[in-house]
Amino acid sequence: MKEALINCRIIDPKNNIDEQGGILINENGFIEEIGKKVNKENLGQIKTTDLKNKIAIPGIIDSRVFVGEPGYEYKENFRTLSEAALSGGVTSAVTMPNTNPIIDNVSTLDFMIGRAKEKSTLKIYPLASLTRNTDGSDITEFGLLKMRGAIGFTDGTKSIENNNVMDKIFNYGKNQDALIIQFPQDNQLSKNGLINSGLIATRLGLKGIPASAEHILIERDLRLLNQYQSRYHIATLSSKESLNIIKEWKSKNLKFSTGVSINNLSLNENDIGDFRTFLKLSPPLRTEDDRLSLIEGIKNNLVDVIASDHKPEDEESKRITFDQAAFGACGIETLLSLSLELYHNKSLPLKKIIQCLTENPAKIFNIKAGSLDKGYPADIAVLDLDKPWVVKKENIKSKSKNTSIENKKLQGKVTRTYLNGKLVFEE
Amino acid sequence: MALLKSKQAVKFNHKHLLGIQDLSIPEINYILDESLAFVELNRKSSKKLDILKGKTQINLFFENSTRTLSSFELAGKRLGADVMNMNVLNSSIKKGETLIDTAMTLNAMHPDILVIRHQDSGAANLLSQKVNCSVINAGDGKREHPTQALLDAMTIKSKKGKIEGLVITICGDIMHSRVARSNIYILTMLGAEVRVVAPSTLMPKNIEQLGVKAYTDMEQGLKNSDIIMMLRMQTERMDGSYVPSTREYYEFFALDYKKIKFAKDDALIMHPGPMNRGVEIDANLADDINRSIIIQQVEMGVAVRMACLKILMENNS
Repeated sequence: MKEALINCRIIDPKNNIDEQGGILINENGFIEEIGKKVNKENLGQIKTTDLKNKIAIPGIIDSRVFVGEPGYEYKENFRTLSEAALSGGVTSAVTMPNTNPIIDNVSTLDFMIGRAKEKSTLKIYPLASLTRNTDGSDITEFGLLKMRGAIGFTDGTKSIENNNVMDKIFNYGKNQDALIIQFPQDNQLSKNGLINSGLIATRLGLKGIPASAEHILIERDLRLLNQYQSRYHIATLSSKESLNIIKEWKSKNLKFSTGVSINNLSLNENDIGDFRTFLKLSPPLRTEDDRLSLIEGIKNNLVDVIASDHKPEDEESKRITFDQAAFGACGIETLLSLSLELYHNKSLPLKKIIQCLTENPAKIFNIKAGSLDKGYPADIAVLDLDKPWVVKKENIKSKSKNTSIENKKLQGKVTRTYLNGKLVFEE
Repeated sequence: MALLKSKQAVKFNHKHLLGIQDLSIPEINYILDESLAFVELNRKSSKKLDILKGKTQINLFFENSTRTLSSFELAGKRLGADVMNMNVLNSSIKKGETLIDTAMTLNAMHPDILVIRHQDSGAANLLSQKVNCSVINAGDGKREHPTQALLDAMTIKSKKGKIEGLVITICGDIMHSRVARSNIYILTMLGAEVRVVAPSTLMPKNIEQLGVKAYTDMEQGLKNSDIIMMLRMQTERMDGSYVPSTREYYEFFALDYKKIKFAKDDALIMHPGPMNRGVEIDANLADDINRSIIIQQVEMGVAVRMACLKILMENNS
C-alpha cells in the first residue's frame, strides 16, 4: 500500500532540496515522489501522515559503529543496537570488524551477516579487517570478502604500523577496488597513552597521546596513496595539524575522504574532569582549538563524515581506574541530536550537518541510502529541530550505557523513523 | 595536653585526603602545625595516645612500599587505632576482583579510614566515591602523594625555618613522579620558587603551567638552590627508553659532590626514597650528615601522617 508523508520540511542535501512538501512511498517501500506536489489534494485515496511541519531527512548513515556480535553480546547485540539506532534516526550502520573473533575471513563474515539478517532491523554494512586478526602483518582476502558483502577494510582500533604492509595494502587494494579505512594513530607513539598529552595529562598523572601520532600516520598514508590512488578513507581526525596535512594533499588533487567522531566535534579534554572514564576515547579528546579547527574542517570540505564512533562498553570495562578502563563511548542514538548542537550554537549550517550524516557517507561507502532520490529505499528520519531533552542514562537504549554526554541538555530529536517505508520508531 | 586542643579557627573541610590540589593554604598550614606536636610526642619514650581508640584503619597497598606503609601503620597505632594491613599479593584482587569490589568488601567491615596506594592515577578518587569512610591517598600512579609532600614541607620548614622565598629544585624522573607533582603544588602554594630539572624525555608536558621553572641542565637548575630534592628513576612505570643508560644519566643528572657546588653552600638534600645509590645520587653524599636530611624526612613522615589521621577523624566524627 502506498503511503505519503505530508506537511514537512524536506531537507535532502544530495539533491539540494530544502522545501516544504511531502514524500510519497510506493508499495515496496521505495520513494516514488517528493516535493510540493505531494500534498493532500493530489493524493486522493492514498494514506497520508501529517508531519505537522517537522523536518524529514534521509535516514542517517553512521559510518563507525562497533557491534557486539559476535563475541561481545553482553555489550551490545543487533536488537539493542537497532533499537538505539532507529530511535536516533540512524537507518544504516557501517560496522567495525573488531568483534570476537575478528571479521577477517569469509566464514566469520557470513556468520555475522546471517546474524544481522536475523536480528537487526537496522541496515548493517560490515567492514572486514585489513590484516588477519588485525595483527598488522598478513592482508585479508579483500576480493573474496568484498564479494561476500564487506564494503571496506580497516583494522578498526589500531593502525597498520608496518610501512611495507601498508604499501601492499594500497597496492593490492587497488586491484579489488577495495575501500581502505585507516584509524590514524601511530601505535608506538600512542602506546599506553590515555588522553591528549598536555597540561591535563600532566596534572592527572596520565600518559599522553601526542597529536603527532596522528600526523605521522596521515602523512605516511597519503604519501603511499599518492603512488597508488586507491580508495582511502581516514576514519577519525582529532587534531588541527592533521587538517593542514589533508589540505595540502587535497590541493595536489589527491582523492581520499575523512571522518570525525561527533565526540571530537562537541567535547574537549577539559570534559574529562576528575577521571571520567566515559570520556576515555580513541582518538582522545584534544584541545578546544583542535575542536574548533575540526568544525572549520567540515566547513571547508576537508572533513566529509560525522560518525558516532559508537563503542558500547559494559560497567565492568568502565567502572575501574582510568588506566584500566576501555576506550570508547556509546552514541549511535545521540549522533544526530548532538550534531544539531553545532547548528543551534551556530557552528555549522543545518544542511552541512545533514550532508555529513547522509550524502557523504553514502558516497564514500557506496551505499544506496542517504538521499531521498526517487527509487531509493524510503529510509527517513523525522526531526523536531527544537525539541529540548536531556540525555539520561536510564533512557539509553543501547545495552551499554557509557554515553559521553550523560545529563547533557540537547535540542532537537527524532520523533519518527521510517525504514524501507515502514514506521520503525515513533516517540 | 596541647595535642588534644584542636585549633577551631581553621576548618578542614574534607572527608578525604586525596591530593594537595584539593587543599587551601590555611588547610596545609593547619596540618603542618598539628604535625609539630606529634614530632615532639614521637621523640618521647611513651608515644601512645588514644585519640583514635576504637577506630579501624585499613592500609590497602597495591604497590610495594616499605616506608610509607610502616609510617602509616605506626601513625595509626600510636594514635590508638586498630590497624590492618591488606596484603594484596595474597588477596582475591589477584584473582580478578576489581578495585570497586575490594572497596565494597572492605566497606562492609566498617573501617573508619582507608589508606590506599595504587599504581593507577585516580585510584584513590575512585575508591573515595564508593566507600563511606575517609580515604587517604598514599600514592596513586603518577598523580599525587599528598602525605609525602606534607612531610617534605614539614622537613624543609624545620630545617630552614620557612618555605617562602626558598629556591627548591626537584631533580630527576619528574614525568613518572607523583612526589614531584604533590611537592610542586604544596611548595608553590607556600611561596617557594620551585624548579624542576630532568632530561626532556622525563619532563612532563606543559609543566611550567604548574608554576615551576623547567631546566634540562643541572648547573642552571641548581644555581642558588636552598633545597635539592632528588627523585628515583621509576623504571617500573617506564615503557621504552627514556635515557640511554644509567651511566649517562649519572654523569649528567645525578647529584654528586661536583654538582652540589652549583647550589648554595648550605643547600640541603632530600629524597623520598627508596634511593638508587649511584644512579641519581652519589652514595656518600646521600649519607653526608651536613647535607642530607633524608632521615629527617622519615621522622617527619610519621608525625605528618598522625596529624592527617587525627584531622580527618575529628572531621568525620
